[in-house]
Amino acid sequence: MLAWALHRISGLAIIIFVSTHVLASFFQHQLGSDWGTTINIIYESIYFQVFIYFVVIFHTLNGLRIVILDTWPGLLEYQREATWLQWLIFIPLYGLTIFLMISRAVSGG
Amino acid sequence: MSSRPVPQIGFSFEYLMWIFTRISGAILILLAIVGIAAAFWMGARTQLDVGALMRWTFFPNSYHVVNTNIPDVVPLWANAYWQIMQMLIIFFAVTHGVNGLRMVIEDYIGANRLRIFLRGLLFLFWMFMLIVAYFVILTV
Repeated sequence: MLAWALHRISGLAIIIFVSTHVLASFFQHQLGSDWGTTINIIYESIYFQVFIYFVVIFHTLNGLRIVILDTWPGLLEYQREATWLQWLIFIPLYGLTIFLMISRAVSGG
Repeated sequence: MSSRPVPQIGFSFEYLMWIFTRISGAILILLAIVGIAAAFWMGARTQLDVGALMRWTFFPNSYHVVNTNIPDVVPLWANAYWQIMQMLIIFFAVTHGVNGLRMVIEDYIGANRLRIFLRGLLFLFWMFMLIVAYFVILTV
């Protein structure tokens, strides 16, 4: 249930994120306007990225779990374990990404 | 509130979109892996931070990245192969996302005129996103 709600919310967040990207590229490319640069500065900021990596990695792993469980319904018996496994993969993946980003930002790279 | 039931197997729009969501999700993961591997192979290992790696992985387009300046990468990415990869990613991502939005609309809005209007709006949004993105990709 929580995974379902998070999947839906993260999906909506990704739609907004990808749409602004496409529009920003278009503004940048076609109009050469400041709008593109402004949107770029927003989504290249580290706070935004920490949020968006959570959303994207969660959506990916949860989606992968859903695909696997739907393809082999016999595995539904182990869906509790599958959810734990999903978070076990999520934590190092997200943690490593954030660690790399923050250490880079702190060292001024 | 719970997720919608799995549609009956058969040649119906709901069932095809249900299958499409899963297949496109898997394809997007594969495309992401290919993109990240290729970016590393082309030297991203030493040149890029995480954010720039992601931007080049999913949409290797010089208009996508303003704050990242990697001169060596541009000639390697700007060819037909990566343009086709970008178009595939955009097609699957936008269609997957718009179908997800359609699911949300069907869940929360009953069968009335508003839903028909929103379906039309969503279709236009889908076409608009694809056209704009393909335009940016092809006219670099």
